[in-house]
Amino acid sequence: MEDTPKRSRTNSGNAFIRWLLIGFALVFLAVFLVTPLLTVFVEAFAKGWGAYKTAIVEPDALSSIYLTLMAAAVAVPVNTMFGIAAAWSITKFDFIGKNVLVTLLDLPFAVSPIISGLIFVLMFGAQGWIGPWLAEHDIRIIFAVPGIILATMFVTVPFVARELIPHMQAQGREEEEAALVLGATGLQTFFRVTLPNIRWSLMYGIILCTARAMGEFGAVAVVSGHIRGQTNTIPLHVEILYNEYNFVGAFAVASLLTLMAIVTLALKKFVEWKISE
Amino acid sequence: MTTRRNILPGFGISTGFTLAYMSLVVLIPLSAVFLKAASVEWSQFWATITAPRLIASYKLTLGTSFVSALLNAGFGLLVAWVLARYEFPFKRIVDALVDLPFALPTAVAGIALTAIYSQNGWFGRYLEPLGIKVAFTPLGIVVALMFVGLPFVVRNVQPVLEDLDSEIEEAARSLGATRWQTFRLVIVPTVLPALLTGFALAFARGLGEYGSVVFISGNLPNTQISSLLINTKLEQYDYAGATAIAVVMLILSFALLLGINLLQSRTRRFQETA
Amino acid sequence: MSIEIQGVSKRFGTFEALKNVSLSVGDAELVALLGPSGSGKTTLLRIIAGLDTPDSGSILLNGEDATNRGAGDRGVGFVFQHYALFRHMTVMENVAFGLRIQPKNIRKSKEDIRDRVMTLLKLVQLDWVAKRYPTQLSGGQRQRIALARALAVEPKVLLLDEPFGALDARVRRELRTWLRRLHDEINVSCVFVTHDQEEALEVSDRVAILDAGRIEQVGTPQSVYDNPANPFVFSFLGNVNLFHGRVKEGKATIGDFEVDAPEHRNASDSPAVGYSRPHEMEISRERNGNDSLSVVILQIQAVGPNVKLRLKRTENEDVLEAEITREKLRELDLKTGEAVFVKPRLVRVFIADPSETPLNYQI
Repeated sequence: MEDTPKRSRTNSGNAFIRWLLIGFALVFLAVFLVTPLLTVFVEAFAKGWGAYKTAIVEPDALSSIYLTLMAAAVAVPVNTMFGIAAAWSITKFDFIGKNVLVTLLDLPFAVSPIISGLIFVLMFGAQGWIGPWLAEHDIRIIFAVPGIILATMFVTVPFVARELIPHMQAQGREEEEAALVLGATGLQTFFRVTLPNIRWSLMYGIILCTARAMGEFGAVAVVSGHIRGQTNTIPLHVEILYNEYNFVGAFAVASLLTLMAIVTLALKKFVEWKISE
Repeated sequence: MTTRRNILPGFGISTGFTLAYMSLVVLIPLSAVFLKAASVEWSQFWATITAPRLIASYKLTLGTSFVSALLNAGFGLLVAWVLARYEFPFKRIVDALVDLPFALPTAVAGIALTAIYSQNGWFGRYLEPLGIKVAFTPLGIVVALMFVGLPFVVRNVQPVLEDLDSEIEEAARSLGATRWQTFRLVIVPTVLPALLTGFALAFARGLGEYGSVVFISGNLPNTQISSLLINTKLEQYDYAGATAIAVVMLILSFALLLGINLLQSRTRRFQETA
Repeated sequence: MSIEIQGVSKRFGTFEALKNVSLSVGDAELVALLGPSGSGKTTLLRIIAGLDTPDSGSILLNGEDATNRGAGDRGVGFVFQHYALFRHMTVMENVAFGLRIQPKNIRKSKEDIRDRVMTLLKLVQLDWVAKRYPTQLSGGQRQRIALARALAVEPKVLLLDEPFGALDARVRRELRTWLRRLHDEINVSCVFVTHDQEEALEVSDRVAILDAGRIEQVGTPQSVYDNPANPFVFSFLGNVNLFHGRVKEGKATIGDFEVDAPEHRNASDSPAVGYSRPHEMEISRERNGNDSLSVVILQIQAVGPNVKLRLKRTENEDVLEAEITREKLRELDLKTGEAVFVKPRLVRVFIADPSETPLNYQI
């Protein structure tokens, strides 16, 4: 639609105050955000490239990487499907209780990670609801891989939906209605009309979901049992190495996640740029 | 806007799947906490949540979350202001950096911050001689929570500042307001709801935070936050105790969540009519 | 295709958008749904299209009950007020969309689709923007593409929702003529919604005037303008002067003059309102019969080729408006403040219904 461009007000006013404020802001960010970022890499390479490499290819480290990727590989696609369904339901229709649903969507955000893990222990743990039944059938969820996957799924439920909903709401329903009158089925409408319009928000939601899935700590710590080589994700492995005072090892493995975080941020900027086009 | 009957296809399947999934993955597991708590004897429940260590942890958790959210409100406003209104070299990178706490796993943040502020850390080695102990003290928890909560404030305030029509400020100036008056009487009221929301979000996040705090707090008697105590009880297989604390925290979180949503919807309505 | 709307009612929450509306649209007719905002015209259009479902009543398309048929199964084409073009597709892809998504057994070949799209684009005179994206087009161009897209699937009825509402006045006028010509060329039934009475009267074969969810009158543009059924229609289709008075057995007394009102020959003494159009007011310097009113000229305003006069009656505080030609103004050499006489050539008398909300459509 024709929009009059907003006049830019950047850099108006007193130059001295401006640079003072910029200075303060940059110093603050440098102290609080940049130094932790740098620390990870400095400590990781404190004993050189060799020690770094060893820490990463160590079997327990590798299995933690594998487990992390597996948890993400389950949680992310499932929560993406959920996110799309939820966003479609919320933005294309009106129904009673819709606002309640939207609020409920934020629940995993509001819950402490420890509690996110606790709830699964309460359900599937040895003393849990179906714990005894599971024990009978020799199915291990808590202190085993399935529990980690469940906890990861729980904490990442809202990510894709929360990215899609505002975007889809802003785009309205008219294009879908037009497709409908032209004879398109529901699936055709979704894939040909809706999806191309939301692809960048969707991508960013998936990226955030993946980052959180790989980095989740509290919830997974509760359900994992910390069994080295079996039920440790990368963050848990970092914790173990750190508690053993193996700082180089801990930071080396942590650097992998940090790299992932940096890639996430770069992708976010890319997606923002694409959306604004 | 009139409500349309749901003529677009897929209502049943999308809403049905959404509700089913939410129930299965979120609602039912969460209810496990309350059901378990209900099965515990009231006196035992009460004793657990009012134990001295617990009370101390509530004070600590609430206190550190509040202070860090408050500090973040101030610094976050500064950062949002600078990003929304000024141009400077590498601004794009700085803007991306603000999301770092969102993207960085909490455990990594935790060990990095501990390393920086411990005795021979980059900052610690200068602060300790001055008598300022950060690591393994409540102050360390505040620092960690500031790291985690900063984006909540900035990302809430920044869009509001960016959307602020320069014409409104120009109108104020043309009516004779000084820069400071324009800031105080025009800009601040517009930004205040978003700032409050950001503060509330940072505060809520701080209450439940675990990964970034557990390392820098060191699990000393005076630095035990509530979420840590839940974990401790779990490790001792005291499920009832863990659940009791969890109930308290959940009720507080839900109340905050409702409050935040109310605040956000009122803000949105306010902005829409503008 | 003919359309039968039978007793359709629709409410949104507590708001009654349509109250028992019935209307027929003949094959290849161009019908306008005219009315103010909130009159229900867009709701009715959407119900015909299947984008909304009526609470009661039915829609028959070519004699068959289509009330429960989905929007994609009705053979209608819909043009949205804000075009609703698919923003990520080119013009070509937009227009081809309806053809591309047809089931395999009836879908045309790629070449046939491309040919049909190009034919349509030529029809709307936009074949040269085929590769562009909607955001690169002007409002008027987007509207024509939306039309081409709707026509691509050979609908039997074309439904347009305020098609020219969002456009500049001049583009609007051009597209109006263009739509009429297009309709004559392709001979498809058309129903379009507008709040602009000039547009409705200029373009359509028949006009249906709606107010507050009800159809007030249906007829050819000429007949609704010359013989409005009630005060609402009268005022909606143009400016009015109001005269309050009484009517008894075929004669209306309005202030100090009398008007024949044969349609009310059976009326016992009732309050009445007389309506007259500004351009039906005759200005003269002398009294001209029993129905001349003595007035003072408040304001003279030249508007393009005509002249608008604001007049105040000397008997009471009524303000009237008259529209005369420039020649007449020069001939009578009228000036502000002068006392002259005005005679309404045609007064349409309606019984004043005390239960109705007072109509105040005077300019």
